[in-house]
Amino acid sequence: MYVAVKGGEAAIANAHRLLAHVRRGDPAVPELGLEQIAEQLALAVDRVMTEGSLYDRELAALALKQARGDLVEAVFLLRACRTTLPRFGHSAPLDTGRMAVRRRISATYKDLPGGQVLGPTFDYTHRLLDFTLAAGLPPPPPAEAPAEPDAPMPRVTDLLADESLIEPSPPEQPGAPVGDLTREPVSYPTGRDTRLQALARGDEGFVLALGYSTQRGYGRTHPFVGEIRAGAVMLEFVPEELGFPVPLGRIALTECQMVTQFKGSGERPPQFTRGYGLAFGGCERKAMAMALVDRSLRARELGEEATAPAQDEEFVLAHCDSLQATGFVEHLKLPHHVDFQAELELVRRLRAEHAARQAATPPMLQEAAE
Amino acid sequence: MPVGTVPTTPQEQRRAAMALCAEAKPEELRAALDAVAYRGAVETLRPAETGLVMARARIGGDGSPFNLGEATVTRAAVRIASGEAGFAWHLGRDAARAEAAALLDALWQVPTLRPTVEAVLVPVAQRLEAEAAREARHTAATRVEFFTMVRGEG
Repeated sequence: MYVAVKGGEAAIANAHRLLAHVRRGDPAVPELGLEQIAEQLALAVDRVMTEGSLYDRELAALALKQARGDLVEAVFLLRACRTTLPRFGHSAPLDTGRMAVRRRISATYKDLPGGQVLGPTFDYTHRLLDFTLAAGLPPPPPAEAPAEPDAPMPRVTDLLADESLIEPSPPEQPGAPVGDLTREPVSYPTGRDTRLQALARGDEGFVLALGYSTQRGYGRTHPFVGEIRAGAVMLEFVPEELGFPVPLGRIALTECQMVTQFKGSGERPPQFTRGYGLAFGGCERKAMAMALVDRSLRARELGEEATAPAQDEEFVLAHCDSLQATGFVEHLKLPHHVDFQAELELVRRLRAEHAARQAATPPMLQEAAE
Repeated sequence: MPVGTVPTTPQEQRRAAMALCAEAKPEELRAALDAVAYRGAVETLRPAETGLVMARARIGGDGSPFNLGEATVTRAAVRIASGEAGFAWHLGRDAARAEAAALLDALWQVPTLRPTVEAVLVPVAQRLEAEAAREARHTAATRVEFFTMVRGEG
C-alpha cells in the first residue's frame, strides 16, 4: 500500500530541471524541431497517436520530444493532454473503402481487383544498416508510373461474400449505443466494439505478443491476411447547427482484415471468419496483431473452447493498456516506507517465532524431520 | 469527397468548399481571404475553440461502429453583415485557420460572392490534386505481380 509522503520539494524541482538539461543533450548538437520528429520519426509519432488515442501529429511529436523518445511516457503525456479538452461529439463512421490507398496487399489473392501496391514498406528489405543515411546523403527520387484514376479497390472480404464463404461484418443496429471505455468503465462480458477500442489503444508489444501466442497454438486460429490497406480517409462530423456531415480533414489509417478458418458449429455452417484491426497512421504491425486478437477474443461468440490467454477478454483488456500497466508497475518506485516498515516488523516477529519453535523441539525429532 | 467528383447539390458544393478549407494551409486561407477582400462587419458567433471528436470506424470496415480514438478539432463560427453564418470544423488546433475558414463559409453563402470564393480556393484544389496525383504515381510504381512457383521446380 502506498502512503502519502511530503517533503523533497527542492530535490524534485531540481530533478526536473536536471531532466530538462539532460533531455536537451549536448548543446553543440542542433535541437530537434517538432516538424523533424513528425516527418522523420513518423512511425513513432503514429504509434504514440494510436496508443495515446489522439490523432494530432504535432502534439504526438511534442510528447515524444518531451519524453526523450520514451514511447510509453509519450503516450502518457498525450492521454493527459486529451483530458484537458472538451469533446464535441463523435465522427460519422470512417469509410475505409474510400481510402486514398498508398499500400494495399493481400496474402490470400494474388490477382485481386485493383491490384496490390506495396507502397513505402520495410518488407523485402535486407535489414542491413544503411550507412548512406548515417552520412546524410539524400535518397534517390521515388519511381513513378502512370496511375489509373479512381481504380476501384473492393475489400477482399467482399470477394468471398457472394458465396457466403466468409462471414459478413456485424450489421449496424440503428440507435444502438457504441461502447466507449473513456466514458464507461469496462464491464464483462464486453461487446466487440469496446474490445476493438481497447485493442486500438492497447500497447503494441502486448497485443503483438498475444497475437503471436495464437499463432503458436495458444488459441489457434490459423489466420491469413485477407487484406492490409493504408492511406488517407476523410473524417466527417455532423455538427448540430448544420445537420450535414462536415469534412474535418483527412487522417492516415492502416487497416487489416484477417481471415480465419472456422469449422462451423451447430448453428453455423463452416465458413471463413474475420478479425479486424485498425490503427492511426502507419501502425501496420499493430493493426495485424489487433486483428489476430480481435478474432481470438470471439471464441465465446463462435462457440470455441476458450483456454488461452488471448481468448480471455478480461485478461486481455485489463492488461493491454500501457498507461494502466506502467502506472501500477512504476508506482512501486514511490516511497513505500511505512508499508515496508510494517512488513519488516512482521518478518522479524515470524523469525522470532520460528527460532523459538526450533529451540523447543528436541534434537532427535529435528533429525527425524530432516 | 473523392478528388475529381463534381458536386451537384448546393449542400455538396458547400461541403466541397469546406473540404478545401479543411485541407488548406494557413497561408493559403489568408491569401484566399485577401483575394475576396470582404470589408463588411464580421461578428463572432463562437470564438475559435479546440476540442475532441471521437473518430468512429466500422467493424470489418463496413459493419457496426466502434470508437477508434479521438482527434483534435478546432471549430469557429462567424456572422457577416448580410446575416449569413459561417462555420468551420477542422482537424488540428489552429484557431486563426478555423476563423478564416468560417468567414469564407459565410461569404460562400452570399450568391454574388460565391463564384469569387470558389475561384480563390482553386489554387488549393490544384495543389491537393497535384499532390494526390504525384502520390498515386509513386504508389503505382510499387504495383506488384506475384507469381506462384510450382513446388519442386526451384
